[in-house]
Amino acid sequence: MTDTTSAAVPHGGSATFAPRPGAAALPRMIRAQAGMELRIMLRNGEQLLLTMVIPVLLLVGFGATSLIDVGGGSRVDFLTPGVLALAVMSTAFTGQAIGTGFERRYGVLKRLGATPLPRFGLLAAKTLAVLAVQAVQVTVISAVALALGWSPAGGPLGALAAGALILLGTAAFSSLALLMAGTLRAEATLAAANLVYVVLLGLGGVLFPIDRYPDVIRPVTEALPITALTSGLRAVLTEGGGLPVAPLLVLAVWTVVGTVLASRFFRWE
Amino acid sequence: MGTAAVEVTDLVKRYGGTTAVAGLSFTAARGAVTALLGPNGAGKTSTIEICEGFRRADAGRVRVLGLDPAADARALKPRVGVMPQSGGVPTGARAGEWLRLMASFHADPVPPELLLERLGLTGAVRTPFRRLSGGQQQRLSLAAAVIGRPELVFLDEPTAGLDPQARRATWDLVAELRSAGVGVVLTTHYMEEAEHLADHVVIIDHGRVVAAGSTADLTDAQQELRFRTGTDLDTESLRRALPGTSQVTALPGGQYVVVTADPAGLGPEFLATLTTWCAAHGVLPEELRVQRRTLEDVFLELTGRDLRES
Repeated sequence: MTDTTSAAVPHGGSATFAPRPGAAALPRMIRAQAGMELRIMLRNGEQLLLTMVIPVLLLVGFGATSLIDVGGGSRVDFLTPGVLALAVMSTAFTGQAIGTGFERRYGVLKRLGATPLPRFGLLAAKTLAVLAVQAVQVTVISAVALALGWSPAGGPLGALAAGALILLGTAAFSSLALLMAGTLRAEATLAAANLVYVVLLGLGGVLFPIDRYPDVIRPVTEALPITALTSGLRAVLTEGGGLPVAPLLVLAVWTVVGTVLASRFFRWE
Repeated sequence: MGTAAVEVTDLVKRYGGTTAVAGLSFTAARGAVTALLGPNGAGKTSTIEICEGFRRADAGRVRVLGLDPAADARALKPRVGVMPQSGGVPTGARAGEWLRLMASFHADPVPPELLLERLGLTGAVRTPFRRLSGGQQQRLSLAAAVIGRPELVFLDEPTAGLDPQARRATWDLVAELRSAGVGVVLTTHYMEEAEHLADHVVIIDHGRVVAAGSTADLTDAQQELRFRTGTDLDTESLRRALPGTSQVTALPGGQYVVVTADPAGLGPEFLATLTTWCAAHGVLPEELRVQRRTLEDVFLELTGRDLRES
């Protein structure tokens, strides 16, 4: 046992561990947790590939070449909103589902549940980290697009509308990510989240105008959150329209359904 | 402060058809070390996880620092430290940053650097959790459990798989917590850990408490006689030959353990009777000795099983 002089040390024992419990202030806890989430995301090579490299490569590859037919108009003006939507989905859905799935599997969610950080604080921290990564994505993709000659329509109001769409899209994708991560095994989440990413990349009008798709699958395609976000961003940033109602509604429905199901079925371990 | 650190009464926990905890009761005092000792699958982890608020009890009453771990979780969390059996840390989180994160959840934490040094993790500060050795991962979890200066800590198998040096560091820390007035409830299947650390030992088997008390209570009351032979003995015949009510148990490796409820105890008369029986049966009792019982013997006697084998 450690030698201690009782005069200098309160409680007659080790001052280091003398009980002095107390929770930190909530904003401080959320900030610390968000910082941890963000650092882990930015350090994860596979996630960076998904969230940064692939969107930029698609934008450069298809924006600077004539590999795909975007149906008239400027190639980069058409592609950029789709790539932005893809970037939002990759972070809020794919990355978050895989990350949270493995945190659940490794008992991280359970361990955090034993700290003073409330569950709502953990969700807030995850959301902040996702939004921070998305801010970097939007900055990088916009810079590359502008270098390729992108001229976004809509002005400052258009940017605001795009921001609103991205926030709602983030909410929809995050709730679906947590639904998947909180119900499936981590390996199943890994496979399913990647599969969904690829399928939605193909179906969601990210790279091709959705009127090119067969009529049979059009109603399905248009109900997807990725299509709603893509067509909403395109309506604002390419066509210069106001807030697009139908895409916002689709995203709102996905958010409500995802949130209700996730809060009902999410298992913390 | 009048209440106990932990009070568990008639606790029951079932998983499907299996009953993991079958009416278990014990009390852990504040500022003392209580060890839940038992083989794997005895119900130790289920019990501790119910106390931590991770699982719901199917029946029974649990009070932690006088509060209900499920209903009063919010109030308890800052006051209680938790070390899970394994994992609990993101694989990509570095040891130092994880501990700083845990510190930031508390109003008045122990400085992370101090804990890293105490537990020999200074060289691993920037190492991601997945690259830490098993022992380093254990010590990091221990550090995270105590960083908030809790009143009570739950340590689930804190030294499982540790090398002797790391185990010693953990034992020293537990002793220091105790002297600082922190209550410690730990699970272990190491006898020597319970003997060395615990003020109060609760022996658990098949989801029930089979004995509880201080190590001295559990072992001092009785002495035991041990010897080894090269041949198989008729333990029933030996038992009948011995005075009073005695019990003879055969252990692996030709070991025999004898305890007795004879008022005269394991005295010279008893020894003489035993060696006479041995002589009559042509048996040489090698390494014959009379000694204080160990917790291991107590466990064996109570459950009929060797703790390390089960």
